[in-house]
Amino acid sequence: MNKIFARTWLITVYLFLYLPIITLVIYSFNDSPLVSIWSQASLRWYRALVNDSALIASVALSFKIALMVGLLSVFFGTFTAFVLSKYKRFYGRTFFFSMSTTPLVMPDVIVGLSLLLMLVSLQHWLGFPERGLLTILLGHALLGTAYAAVVVGARLKEMDVRLDEAAMDLGCKPRQVFRLITFPLIMPSLISAFLLTFTLSFDDVVLASFLSGPGYSTLPMVIFSRARLGLNPSINAVAAVTIAVVSLTVIVSSIYHARTQRKRNHEIAMRYSDGSQ
Amino acid sequence: MINHLKKLLSGKNTIILVPYLWFILLVAIPLSIVLKISLSEMSATSVADMLSWSQGWPTIKINFASYLFLATDPLYIDTYLSSIKYALLTTLICLFVGFPFAYFMARAPKHLQPMLLMLIMLPFWTSFLLRIYAWKTLLVSNGIINNALLSFGVINQPLAMMNNSFSLVLGMVYSYLPFMILPLYANLSKLDVRFLEAAADLGASAFKTFWLVTVPLSKAGIIAGSMLVFIPAVGEYVIPELLGGSDTLMIGRVLWDEFFANNDWPMASAVAVVMMLLILLPISLLNSYQSGQAESKL
Repeated sequence: MNKIFARTWLITVYLFLYLPIITLVIYSFNDSPLVSIWSQASLRWYRALVNDSALIASVALSFKIALMVGLLSVFFGTFTAFVLSKYKRFYGRTFFFSMSTTPLVMPDVIVGLSLLLMLVSLQHWLGFPERGLLTILLGHALLGTAYAAVVVGARLKEMDVRLDEAAMDLGCKPRQVFRLITFPLIMPSLISAFLLTFTLSFDDVVLASFLSGPGYSTLPMVIFSRARLGLNPSINAVAAVTIAVVSLTVIVSSIYHARTQRKRNHEIAMRYSDGSQ
Repeated sequence: MINHLKKLLSGKNTIILVPYLWFILLVAIPLSIVLKISLSEMSATSVADMLSWSQGWPTIKINFASYLFLATDPLYIDTYLSSIKYALLTTLICLFVGFPFAYFMARAPKHLQPMLLMLIMLPFWTSFLLRIYAWKTLLVSNGIINNALLSFGVINQPLAMMNNSFSLVLGMVYSYLPFMILPLYANLSKLDVRFLEAAADLGASAFKTFWLVTVPLSKAGIIAGSMLVFIPAVGEYVIPELLGGSDTLMIGRVLWDEFFANNDWPMASAVAVVMMLLILLPISLLNSYQSGQAESKL
């Protein structure tokens, strides 16, 4: 009885989480221009997608921004995490820590508004930057830095300090310790931070709407403006393509992960058998 | 002088300086500008400068008009209250649905757990906007759910499920449920089963064990999950815009309209400042609670 109840609860919640995703995919193959009424299967909306130049341009822009956001966020996020985990006392540490967590707790509308007002006064004094790619990039990179700092910080916390100490005892300079010991050890967290911040940027509509200028519409901005006007079957096709890309990436990365894990286990086993001889 | 500067920019200081300046530029300065503009006056087309020079003397004009308007206009007060109401309701529903879910997940066979966890996180990787949009196609009066119910004869006329508080709360629960489940699962999977066995041995009923042992032990997870749901829900903009109606007031939407539709920057900034205070309050309460916990453990 208890087991049945537990199973029903789990399955119902999973259905709730996946119901919208599944309907999006199914109805993307619907021929009718009315989103919710099924007529017959067709690839009509996918064909429309290929000719939708506004949408394709927005995908290209979003991709470009997300790629740069990933790199910038990992760069500044690693610095932030490193400073917070290695330096326990410096002037204004609490202030630094609160600034680094602010983007995580503040609603996007506030972050967007504050950045826009800052950029407007900057433009007033210096004459640049024009609103567009660069300003969206800055906003997303701020959000990304905060998230990347959490991901990399968690890994740095787990790291054995004795490895650093051993390297320094053996004559490594701090820079060498970072390059030869810390960096390879935190590499997996850098990759996950990159993927996370890439997705954040690719998904954001609020910050982009505040910071973008004329002629710079990201993919979420295009989807949002169409969804606001009403239901639109071309959005379903976009969704289905995104879901296909994401599932493929997840499957490939989990196969890759499993394979490297197996390889590593194999290597460890080999080393042990070498040692015993 | 140059030596002094060199010493100041030694390895450690440069490393600190890089992210420090980054956050000063993108967090501290922007938020101070919001505060400044919220205290400024709106002249015809632009925000009036706070600092002006009259007869060689600087004069600073501080203008509380926006805050006065906020405090006296019932629209704003109602909107803040209803944002808190919807965020609280979302948090409670997420807790009610998510706690048993996380509990059952933590009790599932060990080899299944990674997959169950992955299934929770997978929707994160598909666009949040698209998932909210999907609910729109499901909920509208000629939408998929209504059509299905009508064709099975369960209802005679379409249910009004869209552009009201139902669709708003449903969308928020849907988006934030994983944020409740993940910390609860992390907490409950570490729960020592022997405590539950001990309680049962001592004659406690299943309900009593749950209420007196499981819930207190998972307090940290409950608090973390509730904060992760409540804080973003208060300031949410996209969900109320796509799924909410004209009578479901949310403060994020008001801020957006003040800025984009009314072009009233001081008002939008004042709304933002009050919203920040509203969010900082539960966070500081949590922090003082946690430091109290840490002290009592020592």
